[in-house]
Amino acid sequence: QPQNEHIELHRKRHGRRLDYHERLRKKEGREAHERSRKAKKMIGLKAKLYHKQRHAEKIQMKKTIKMHEKRNTKEKNDEKTPKGAVPAYLLDREGQSRAKVLSNMIKQKRKEKAGKWEVPVPKVRAQGETEVLKVIRTGKRKKKAWKRMVTKVCFVGDGFTRKPPKYERFIRPMGLRFKKAHVTHPELKATFCLPILGVKKNPSSPLYTTLGVITKGTVIEVNVSELGLVTQGGKVIWGKYAQVTNNPENDGCINAVLLV
Amino acid sequence: AHPEPPAPQVMAPSEDAERLLIQFKDEAGEPLGSPFDVPIAITPDRLQLVCNALLQKDEPVPLAFYVHDAEIVTSLEKTLAGQALETEKVLDIVYQPQAVFRVRAVTRCTSSLEGHTEAVISVAFSPTGKYLASGSGDTTVRFWDLSTETPQFTAKGHRHWVLSIAWAPDGKKLASGCKNSQIFLWDPATGNQLGRVLAGHSKWITWLCWEPLHINPECRYLASASKDGSIRIWDTLMGRCDKILTGHTQSVTCVKWGGDGLLYSSSQDRTIKVWRSQDGVLCRTLQGHAHWVNTMALSTDYVLRTGAFEPAEASINPQDVSGSLAELKDKAQQRYDQVRGQGPERLVSGSDDFTLFLWKPAEDKKPLERMTGHQALINQVLFSPDTRIIASASFDKSIKLWDGRTGKYITSLRGHVSAVYQIAWSADSRLLVSGSSDSTLKVWDAKTGKLAIDLPGHADEVFATDWSPDGQRVASGGKDKCLRM
Repeated sequence: QPQNEHIELHRKRHGRRLDYHERLRKKEGREAHERSRKAKKMIGLKAKLYHKQRHAEKIQMKKTIKMHEKRNTKEKNDEKTPKGAVPAYLLDREGQSRAKVLSNMIKQKRKEKAGKWEVPVPKVRAQGETEVLKVIRTGKRKKKAWKRMVTKVCFVGDGFTRKPPKYERFIRPMGLRFKKAHVTHPELKATFCLPILGVKKNPSSPLYTTLGVITKGTVIEVNVSELGLVTQGGKVIWGKYAQVTNNPENDGCINAVLLV
Repeated sequence: AHPEPPAPQVMAPSEDAERLLIQFKDEAGEPLGSPFDVPIAITPDRLQLVCNALLQKDEPVPLAFYVHDAEIVTSLEKTLAGQALETEKVLDIVYQPQAVFRVRAVTRCTSSLEGHTEAVISVAFSPTGKYLASGSGDTTVRFWDLSTETPQFTAKGHRHWVLSIAWAPDGKKLASGCKNSQIFLWDPATGNQLGRVLAGHSKWITWLCWEPLHINPECRYLASASKDGSIRIWDTLMGRCDKILTGHTQSVTCVKWGGDGLLYSSSQDRTIKVWRSQDGVLCRTLQGHAHWVNTMALSTDYVLRTGAFEPAEASINPQDVSGSLAELKDKAQQRYDQVRGQGPERLVSGSDDFTLFLWKPAEDKKPLERMTGHQALINQVLFSPDTRIIASASFDKSIKLWDGRTGKYITSLRGHVSAVYQIAWSADSRLLVSGSSDSTLKVWDAKTGKLAIDLPGHADEVFATDWSPDGQRVASGGKDKCLRM
């Protein structure tokens, strides 16, 4: 094996032999004959290995040739009729946003198949109190330390009024209160901005659930009347659960996945 | 002996009741009897007694009374409450005979008929209500036995989705058109194909319409509209194309064969063309819409569909109409004349530009009225069987009712949560059923404008709805591949 590029260098500097191309052409022409001569003369284990390898090579070659042939000819279309039959009045209308039209049938099938509480984000890192609640010092000499401020995003209901400031133990800052969440439908991959109805469960602690703290993995209830879902019995669905998939305190928005 | 109007003598004046001079007039404006005076607190029942006596019919007919286009519900006084009472002039009261029979609202799903392997796209009852046929995306047309509510025949032959089906007005043939632009004819009694395949269009068939019974009792000619912009009139006996009507520049969405020898076709090129069915000559082009014209309805649609069958004479077990060809033709002609009345046929067209137009195509190129109000495209319009109300179903989740004569807005029916696809009237014009993409059907009372019954149960969008002409059943089919009765 050459250790350096002196061969290439020489080639660049001085060029090739004058009859190089002709000799190359003739050598390649002889190749088929050489190969066949060797294959005929080989015996023993070497022959077995060689023939096995050659057989595999030939199969591949045949496949590629067939593919090339198929590409050139035009085949008659299959007799199967395409799926997705629609009546005549819907035929020329492709642009209807199917994102808003959800298939009830698929929902029913899903419900029967899986257990009801399979969630997209099953495990989350448990968040300790020191992380979620910040100690606020009060009092004339700032010695009292019984107040806590929530450092994560939270949801308070519509009719929320604070307790008198002297007595409130948990402070939920207005800047961290959110009303809407960006909810993605897992099948359609369409995202809607839906109002939050409430916090159902925070996996870290029941205290956070009552406070309304929203962290990654929290199950929240959202208002889905915008989507126009209907049950089998004909009733309109207006609330559904969704699970939060990001860290809202870092991003400034709540992203969730709808639990169908 | 027929008594003279007893009203003034029968009613004992309570206090010094005010009296008013009234004159009964029928819908066309012909006066009935002479003016006489009545107390203004008179109720519709009393008015009915009087009117029936004046009409001198054998059996009393239920009537509805209208004063200045407002219906008299409780008493004449209340209806005139908002208006200035002119005791000097004679007040005109228009009386309208209602259908003698009453169709009860369908309340429940009696059966769910599976069998199709793809979405059910079109559903139609035969003119007498004896047979039910449905076309689907699995390329078959299925006939269903109504007495046992089970499948009867499967008609195979199409090679693509069956987009539209149409019954011949005598109920003996069914034509079906598919997305491969072929038309097949089927016999409902055996499920076999009749005659040859009618091929000729180059793109898919959007609508099929038979020639009315009173013009030709043999039910020989069939008109088909297609996406390629042409309308073909087929001779089903010989199995060939009789005439080709070209003129539209884009897809023809609907074709209707009128009872006066005219053919109407609406198209995506925003026009409606009126042709003479005798020789296929273009008579008029009605322009006015700003976008595709999706659908059309004739005021005499229902009577042309049912032919010689009279819904009032329907029995529990639907039968074929019997009689010789001449008898059938006479009967159909009679019924047609009755519904048509004095004026020419009226045509209403619904379009993608959110408006409807009311036309009198035999007379005028200009529309009678432009009906606006919808907030999304209109998918289907239908005249009620007695031609008094027009119902329009739209993708804005509502159905609007308009007056059938003048086109004035009556009311909106709201309740669906998603686009309303198709509607169907009951035979007595009192009830309306609508199928929507939110997978429910709703039955509405046309008089009050309220929801009568909600029919949930479909698992997916409802594509096709039909009410049988004898009023007994409603059939609906949709994307969930099953047909519900």
